[in-house]
Amino acid sequence: MSELTKLTLAAARDALKKKEISAVELTGAYLAEMAAGTALNTYVTVTAEKSMEMAKASDARLAKGAGGALEGLPLGIKDLFCTKDVLTTASSHILDGFRPPYESTVTANLWRDGAVMLGKLNNDEFAMGSSNETSFYGPVVNPWRRKGSDAKLVPGGSSGGSSAAVAAKLCLAATATDTGGSIRQPAAFTGTVGIKPTYGRCSRWGIVAFASSLDQAGPITRDVRDAAIMLTSMAGHDEKDTTSVDRPVPDYEAALGQGVKGLKVGIPKEYRVDGMPAEIDALWSRGIEWLKAAGAEIKEVSLPHTKYALPTYYIVAPAECSSNLARYDGVRYGLRVEGRDITDMYEKTRAAGFGAEVRRRVLMGTYVLSAGYYDAYYLKAQKVRTLIARDFAAAFADVDVLLTPTAPSAAFGIGEKTDDPLSMYLNDVFTVPVNLAGLPGISVPAGLSSDGLPLGLQLIGRTFDEETLLRAAYAVEQAADFKAAPEAWWKA
Amino acid sequence: MMTDFESTMRKREPREEDLIRGATGDWEIILGLEVHAQVTSEAKLFSASSTKFGAEQNTQVSFVDAAMPGMLPVINRYCVEQAVRTGLGLKAQINLRSVFDRKNYFYPDLPQGYQISQFKHPIVGEGEVVLDMPDARTVIVGIERLHLEQDAGKSLHDQHPAMSFVDLNRSGVALMEIVSKPDMRSAEEARAYVTKLRTILRYLGTCDGNMEEGSLRADVNVSVRKVGAPLGTRCEIKNVNSIRFIGQAIEYEARRQIDILEDGGKIDQETRLFDPKTGETRPMRSKEEAHDYRYFPDPDLLPLVLQQADVDAIRRALPELPDEKKARLISAYGLSAYDATVLVSDGARADFFEAVAKGRDAKLAANWVTGDFFAALNREGHAIEQSPVTAKQLGELLDLISDGTISGRIAKQIFDSMYKTGRDPSKIVEDEGLRQVTDFGAIEAAIDAVIAANPDKVEQTKVKPQLAGWFVGQVMKSTSGKANPQVVNEILARKLGLSSDG
Amino acid sequence: MSVDQRTVRHIARLARIAVRDDELEALERELNGILDWVEQLGEVDVTGVEPMTSAVEVAMKMREDVAVVQDLQQEVTRNAPGAEDGFYVVPKVVE
Repeated sequence: MSELTKLTLAAARDALKKKEISAVELTGAYLAEMAAGTALNTYVTVTAEKSMEMAKASDARLAKGAGGALEGLPLGIKDLFCTKDVLTTASSHILDGFRPPYESTVTANLWRDGAVMLGKLNNDEFAMGSSNETSFYGPVVNPWRRKGSDAKLVPGGSSGGSSAAVAAKLCLAATATDTGGSIRQPAAFTGTVGIKPTYGRCSRWGIVAFASSLDQAGPITRDVRDAAIMLTSMAGHDEKDTTSVDRPVPDYEAALGQGVKGLKVGIPKEYRVDGMPAEIDALWSRGIEWLKAAGAEIKEVSLPHTKYALPTYYIVAPAECSSNLARYDGVRYGLRVEGRDITDMYEKTRAAGFGAEVRRRVLMGTYVLSAGYYDAYYLKAQKVRTLIARDFAAAFADVDVLLTPTAPSAAFGIGEKTDDPLSMYLNDVFTVPVNLAGLPGISVPAGLSSDGLPLGLQLIGRTFDEETLLRAAYAVEQAADFKAAPEAWWKA
Repeated sequence: MMTDFESTMRKREPREEDLIRGATGDWEIILGLEVHAQVTSEAKLFSASSTKFGAEQNTQVSFVDAAMPGMLPVINRYCVEQAVRTGLGLKAQINLRSVFDRKNYFYPDLPQGYQISQFKHPIVGEGEVVLDMPDARTVIVGIERLHLEQDAGKSLHDQHPAMSFVDLNRSGVALMEIVSKPDMRSAEEARAYVTKLRTILRYLGTCDGNMEEGSLRADVNVSVRKVGAPLGTRCEIKNVNSIRFIGQAIEYEARRQIDILEDGGKIDQETRLFDPKTGETRPMRSKEEAHDYRYFPDPDLLPLVLQQADVDAIRRALPELPDEKKARLISAYGLSAYDATVLVSDGARADFFEAVAKGRDAKLAANWVTGDFFAALNREGHAIEQSPVTAKQLGELLDLISDGTISGRIAKQIFDSMYKTGRDPSKIVEDEGLRQVTDFGAIEAAIDAVIAANPDKVEQTKVKPQLAGWFVGQVMKSTSGKANPQVVNEILARKLGLSSDG
Repeated sequence: MSVDQRTVRHIARLARIAVRDDELEALERELNGILDWVEQLGEVDVTGVEPMTSAVEVAMKMREDVAVVQDLQQEVTRNAPGAEDGFYVVPKVVE
C-alpha cells in the first residue's frame, strides 16, 4: 500500500499545505490503488482524467499559497450525488447513461473548497438496502474478512461503496447519504467513521431522492477529525432546498479535543434489544466506561417508542420513495423499454429498470398511500413518528448526547440475508429512530468482534449540535484507540 | 377534484324558466364549476422559469420543471400573495396554515409523476361570488375553496401518427383552482359566474383571464334531477376553454343525462371532454381507469404559514372590486343599476367612465359612455385600451355640449369624427365650423326667411300649435344644425304668436 | 390487513410496474410479511397526536418572483431516450 494513501485527510491536507506532497502525486496514488482494488467493486465510475485535471489545478493554487480547506484532497462520491456531465446512476439500471447537466450542492461545496473527485461510488440501488447488494452494478465487497476465512462480506449499506473505499484506502474520504442508517451502519461494518448530520444541515439539492423527509448527506472518513473537516465543507444553507436550515456552519474541527468532562451521556434502556449479541452488549458497556473515565456523567434514559421506529420507517420511507421514484418513467432520461402504448412503455421500463428491492418498496409505498389505507398506515406512522421525536426531545432535556451500538451485529456474508427482507431491515434498528427524529448521529469504530470484524458505537446528538456530538465521538475514538486495518487481500 | 357538496349547497327554489321539459316531467340542472386560473406572475410556482406564453417548446423549462433527479421545489412568494389576494377578493376565509400535497399519477406531461397541489388544507376556504343576471336578479354562488397547484405540460398528438410530443413550458406554472359550490341552475348562470369571476380576477390583477391562451379554464360538474329529488350522479366536463363553450357543453350534457334517465338508464360518474366542433361531450379515455391519487403531504415542502399582518396588508392594498364599484357608481353618480353593471363588468370601462364623469353631468356622461362610445368600440371590435378617443377628449366633447358651444346633434357628428381621426373635439369644431349659433340676429334672420317662405304654414300654426316643430326643423336645416335649438324655440314662439314662457 | 394477488396487481398497475404472473405469489408473501410486521403500530395510542410533517421546525423560505430567462432546451432533452426538435417524444397518448 502506498505510503501516501496511509495519510488521513487532515494529515494529507497539512502535507499539501507544507508542499511535502503534491495533489497530483496524491491523486495518482489513489487512482493506482483504485485500479488495484477493482475486486471490491467500490467504484461504478472512475473519472481519472478529470481527477488529474482537478489535482493540477489544486497544485497551481497551492503553489500560490492559495486554496480552500480541502485543496487537493481526493474524494470518492456516492453515485447518488448528481455530478455535472459525469454519469450518475444511483446504481440503478433505470438511470442508464444519465449525465446530469448540474452539480449537487454538497459536491459543489467540496469542489469550491478545492477537493478532487476520484469517481462515483457504488451503493444500494436508490440507497435502498443495508448491504449494498441491491446495486445494479453488483455487490460491494467489504475489505474486512473474518479471521481465517475468505468468505466475502457485505460493507453495509446503502453507502457500501463509500465505506469500503474509505476502509480500503481507495479514497481519502467519501460522501454518503443516510436515510435510515446508510452512513452509520456501513461505517460500523468497515471500521470507519460516518456522521449523519441533523436533517436540514446539508442541502439535498442534486442528490437523487429516496425518502425526502429522512435523507441527509454526510461523510464517511477514517477518523473523527476527518469527519469534522468534511462536514464543515459539505454543510450549509442552500436556498434551493427549502428544508435546509439557515444557520452558520461552525468549524467542527475546532470542537474536537474539548473533552467530555461534565458532559451528560444518556444510555437508552430500550436499545438493549432481545437477542443482542453479547459482544455488542460488551462493546456498549466499554463505551460507557470510556466516557465515564473521561469525565462524562452517565444517565439511563428512556425512549419508550423505540420498538416502533422500524415499522414506522418501513411505512414512511416506502411511501415517500413510491412518489419520488415516479419520475423514472422512460421519458426524459435513463432507460426506456418500448411498449405498445404509453402505459405499457411505463410498466415495462419500470419493471426492467428497478431491481427487486426497489420494486418491493415502491409497491409497499403505493399500497400504504392508496385509498382506504392512508389513515391506517401512513397517517398512523407519521403520528408515531411524532411520539418517537418526542421521546428524544424528552431525553435531551436531561442529557447532551446518547450512546448506543450502531448495528446489532458485525458485517455479514454476501447473500446471507438477501432472501429475507425483514431480517435485512432489522440491521437498522438503532439507526432508524435518529432519522425519524431528524437528529445527528455518528458511528465510531470501537472494537473488533470475536472473529475480527470491526464494530461501531453510535452517538446521537441534539438537533444542530454536531459540535457536542463530534466532541464526544472524538473522546470515544481516543479511548477506543482502534488501530486495526484489513489486510489488502484484494490486491492479490 | 370532486367534493361532496350535498350538505353545503345553497337551497334554491327552482325557477320555471331554468327547468328543462322532459318526457317524464321537469328537470333541474345542478352545476358546480372548478375554474383553473393561471396566477399572473413572472416565474413559475416552484421554479424560476418564465411563464411567458408562446415560447418555443421546452425553452422555459428548468431542471426542476423537467423533474431531473434531486431537484427540489422552492415556492414563489408572489404566487402565494396572489392566492391570498384572490381569496380576499372572493370574500373568503384565508387559512394561515396550509399544506402542499402530492397528487400522484402518471402522464407524459406530468414530469414528476405527481402534481404539487393542496388537498386537505387549502390556502383559501369558503367565500362567495355575486352574479348580476341580465333580468336584474342576483344569484349568490358559494365558493368552496381555492388552492394553489402546478400546471402540467402539454402533449401534442397531431405531429406524428404513432407518437406524442411533449412540451413542458407550462409545467409548473402556478394555478389557482377555484371550486364553486353547486349553486348554479342554468347554463346562463354558469356563464355569468365565469364572467364575473374573470372580472374579479382582472380587477385584482391575479389572473389575466385570457381563455384563448388557457389562462382560465373551467371543469364543469353537471348533474340533473327531478325537482325536489336528491342530487343526481354528476359528470365532470374537463378543461372547457371559452364561456360560450361552457354554455354549450352544459346544455348538451344536461340533455344527454336527461335522455339516459328518461330511457330508464343510469348516469356513470365520469370525466368527459367537450368537442367544440360537434358541440358534444364524450368520455375521456385516459381517465377511464379508476384513479387513486394517493395524496400525501409533499415532504420537500414545509407547511405554508402566513402571518395575519401580511394578510391584513394585502387586504388593505386591495383595489375596489366590481360589487363595491357598482354600488358607488349608483350612489355617487346616480346611475341606473343596469348602467352601473355594464360599466363595472370591465374595470377599464368603469375607469373611463369615471374619468369622463368627473366634475360633469354624470347622467350625460353615462349616456355617452354606455351609448355612442361603447357602440363604437363594439362596432370596431376595439378593447377600451385600443380606443382612439380618450376619456379626456370625450370629457371635452361633453363640455362643449354643456356650455352650448355645440348641439347634441352636432356632438354625435363630432364624436364620429373623433373616433375616426383621434382629433380633439375643439379642433374639429373649429376646423369644420360646427360651433353652435346662438347669435339672436342670425337665428332671427333664418326664422324670418322660413316664415316669409311659408305663409300658409304660419296660418295653420295658429290653430295647430304643434306645427311649430316643423318650423324648428326647417330652421335647423337652413343653419346646418348649428342653431341653438333653445334660442330657435324662443324666437319662433314669439314670431308665430304662440304663448311662450321664454 | 393483508394483500391478495389481485391487490398486488392493482398496486403494481398504480405504480406502473409490470408484474409477471409468476412473480405475484412471492410479492404477495413478501408484502404480507412486511404488513404483518408493521401491524404492531396498532398498539400505539396516538389519540390527539399530530402527524409529523417535517423533521425541521422552521418557517418555509420563499423565493421572489423573478424569472431567470435561460433556454435549457438542449440540457433538459439531451438525456431523453426519445427527443425530436426540442420535444420529448413518447408513444401516442389518447385523451
